Amino acid sequence: MTDIKLKIFPWLLAGTLTLGVSLAHAADTIKVGVLHSLSGTMAISETTLKDTVLMLIDAQNKKGGLLGKKLEAVVVDPASNWPLFAEKARELLQKDKVAAVFGCWTSVSRKSVLPVFEELNGILFYPVQYEGEESSKNVFYTGAAPNQQAIPAVDYLMKDLEVKRWVLAGTDYVYPRTTNKILEAYLKAKGVKAEDILINYTPFGHSDWQSIVAEIKKFGSAGKKTAVVSTINGDANVPFYKELGNQGVSAKDIPVVAFSVGEEELSGIDTKPLVGHLAAWNYFMSVKDKANDAFIKDWHAFIKNDKRVTNDPMEAHYIGFNMWVKAVEKAKTTDSDKVIAAMIGIEAPNLTGGVAKMLPNHHITKPVYIGEIQADGQFDVVWKTKGLVEGDAWSDFLPGSKDIIADWADPKIKCGNYNTVAKTCSGQNYK
Amino acid sequence: MLTCPLVRAGFLTLVFAMALLAVPTPARAADDAVARALLAQLREADFSDKARLVEQLAALEHPRIATILKALADSRLYYQEAENRAVIGLDDAPTIAIEDAVGGAALGQAGKRDLEKITANNRLRNLIENRLASLGLASADPGQRRAAVQAFLKNPDPAGTERLRARLAVEPDAGIKALLALALALADLASPEAAARAQAATALGGRLQPELRGPLSRAAAEDPDPAVREAARTALTRTEFRLQLLGWAETLFFGLSLGSVLILAAIGLAVTFGVMGVINMAHGELMMLGAYTTWLTQQWLPVNWSLPVAVPLAFLVAALAGIAIERGVIRFLYGRPLETLLATFGVSLILQQAVRSIFSPLNRSVATPDWMSGTIALGPLEVTLNRLIIIGFCIAVFALLWLALQRTRLGLEVRAVTQNRAMAQAMGVRSARVDALTFGLGSGIAGVAGVALSQLTNVGPNLGQSYIVDSFMVVVFGGVGNLWGTLVAGLSLGVANKLLEPWSGAVLAKILVLVFLVLFIQKRPRGLFPQRGRAAEA
Repeated sequence: MTDIKLKIFPWLLAGTLTLGVSLAHAADTIKVGVLHSLSGTMAISETTLKDTVLMLIDAQNKKGGLLGKKLEAVVVDPASNWPLFAEKARELLQKDKVAAVFGCWTSVSRKSVLPVFEELNGILFYPVQYEGEESSKNVFYTGAAPNQQAIPAVDYLMKDLEVKRWVLAGTDYVYPRTTNKILEAYLKAKGVKAEDILINYTPFGHSDWQSIVAEIKKFGSAGKKTAVVSTINGDANVPFYKELGNQGVSAKDIPVVAFSVGEEELSGIDTKPLVGHLAAWNYFMSVKDKANDAFIKDWHAFIKNDKRVTNDPMEAHYIGFNMWVKAVEKAKTTDSDKVIAAMIGIEAPNLTGGVAKMLPNHHITKPVYIGEIQADGQFDVVWKTKGLVEGDAWSDFLPGSKDIIADWADPKIKCGNYNTVAKTCSGQNYK
Repeated sequence: MLTCPLVRAGFLTLVFAMALLAVPTPARAADDAVARALLAQLREADFSDKARLVEQLAALEHPRIATILKALADSRLYYQEAENRAVIGLDDAPTIAIEDAVGGAALGQAGKRDLEKITANNRLRNLIENRLASLGLASADPGQRRAAVQAFLKNPDPAGTERLRARLAVEPDAGIKALLALALALADLASPEAAARAQAATALGGRLQPELRGPLSRAAAEDPDPAVREAARTALTRTEFRLQLLGWAETLFFGLSLGSVLILAAIGLAVTFGVMGVINMAHGELMMLGAYTTWLTQQWLPVNWSLPVAVPLAFLVAALAGIAIERGVIRFLYGRPLETLLATFGVSLILQQAVRSIFSPLNRSVATPDWMSGTIALGPLEVTLNRLIIIGFCIAVFALLWLALQRTRLGLEVRAVTQNRAMAQAMGVRSARVDALTFGLGSGIAGVAGVALSQLTNVGPNLGQSYIVDSFMVVVFGGVGNLWGTLVAGLSLGVANKLLEPWSGAVLAKILVLVFLVLFIQKRPRGLFPQRGRAAEA
């Protein structure tokens, strides 16, 4: 026992010292929390977002900081472990007293930190496309809601590619299940018959796609144009597309439109068998725009590697960060309540030549793009929405959520799940 | 897209006029000008305009049209702003070798940033494929003729029927002739005469091409003539029956293929866990090392040669890592399974994070060599080549390992040490050395399995984790200490999984297999092929 104490004593000492230093330093800075997994399964996607936030903070400091103070990033590693997300969020809010947190990727990690942010009245910017059915006072959703990604993608397939038969394939967890429920209801509302919809779920990291691809092939040989709408999660996509290529299913016969495959995921894939398949996002690295070119240049300079790609959640953080900066400048304080109130209606440019606006339901306006995968791992935009689409927290196509709206601006409502028929709020801040 | 519509319309008329002028006197220069004008428009057009422009291009009688359209479909057609001309990229480097699209003259190198890609979408690619195919029907190359007929099967175009009929009369190749007959039957399905339709439906029965089933089932449901509907229905039943048989064969193949992957993942563990009794949680990470070795090999060697080189390299890398783990950690923990488990679990985390720090947490892209891509026909059954090769590879690895254990000096010593360590030592076997080499052998095989896995799944820091449970499952089910047990267990679990999957879905199939395994172990704790005799007591 004594032995161990002796051994760890210097470390403890060192720890206290650094803590003291950072406390002394803290007085004249505004702290920004970064809650992204740097180890474990999700590190593949989230590490990049951590770097993005660091780059944005760095750039803001070069412009002179915020309210005359420098910004300081507090980076923690929740290690792809959902309960640890809540613990680290508590640490950021209570111990480090951060003004805002940028973080989370998976829906389950968001659900895990939600009670913490509501209890301690923090601010979270969530940058990833998600299943909707949520609006918290303390969370700003800068990624796409289903009506900003899934529904327009299905519209494109239906109108431009005249798809009549649908395979909804997803990984077995909350985002694909909810999205597919919404899509199924939407397709049926558009007159698609039940026998023309095939729904299929697979476990996380599924690697043996032989039978499923064979089934899709069979389903697609009924003489009607068939497409696959894929909510398959990151990693499992590689063997899926490989198997499609190997079994000779080309994008010309059965196109796959994916909601979770972006530039970052493609950089780990041999893209040959994927060319021509589709993805729906609100941003593509290939979009030609001055703001985007500048962002890519800054990113390459910051990360010191000009082969690194940019992707949609990075843009979401870019928008979210700039919105937060503007809101703090408007409120002239970093006090949570005042910043949350100031956020609504704030506008910040996105990277594709438009302007994103924060809506009363804490979602933002976004353009929707459909891109085709190219051999170099980039997307060519083949379609985009005419204007910006407003994020809808509660889907209009699910029976349970049709009548529910979120509005944090209207003093009569001020709630994330207001039932417009019963004229009541369920009383909770979130569902 | 910003050009004024009026100007554009005027321009189009001009182009049409030029096209009309060009046809009677096919002067190359005039043709060139038309092609260039069309290409200039193609750059600015949106996708519906592009389709029209492609039709116009295809109608031109210009020797370069096929090349240009092919380049457009392959996303290799660019517009060079500075020179105001369309060019074709010949490779895919940051600086691309280009040639003039219309003239065909080589133009040296150009930076990718100075070129604007003329994009195509799937519709356009389909259109181009069709147009190219109809150009290819009279080609001297049988491959092109076959592609032409297949394109017709996919997208029956009534205008092309007569050309197909004419071709059938002169076609020398029997295979293409049969395909042509099918295509014509498909066209006849839309014939105005009921008798011809019924005959066509019968001819199409029992054919497995997926393109044929759609029109046939439409005829069975919607044809105005009851006799035709009946014929189509009978034909469809024949097709369905054959498809059913084929489906069974396919499921069996999928099962064998999954089984072979399970065996590859488990067989190294069968050596370290089964023969030596060490619970090695870092086994998956040794496979990961093998997969990363494959990736590194591909950085140095052309893709087609990299795999044969990667196999021995991966064996070496993983074996050395395994020996280091054995000498550094495990040898102090023999006989203490729980501590071994924890220690090797720690080693697995260290290896994962090391890979994350060295290679980044992003997945690495391992390319599939050409000789492993695509499908091969085993009779009517189309199987994917990479899976077939991996089944063969699995058999080879198994045979080599078995030979090594049965026929070599090391194998003899390994068996001696595992059966009775004290006696083996008394006979002069250096048991510590044997331990290290055995562990190295098992680890090396894990590395080799990693090479195979790199062709099927993601090469990233988490590769090992996804296979470790499966590997233990196979070894425990097969019976600890028995290589044949691992073989049988891997194959049967693979086939069982694939038989269940279409019926229950992938998630439930996995659960069912696990539940079965738990029940089985309750009944027979020592697995399928338990070790008998004195060795079992050790």
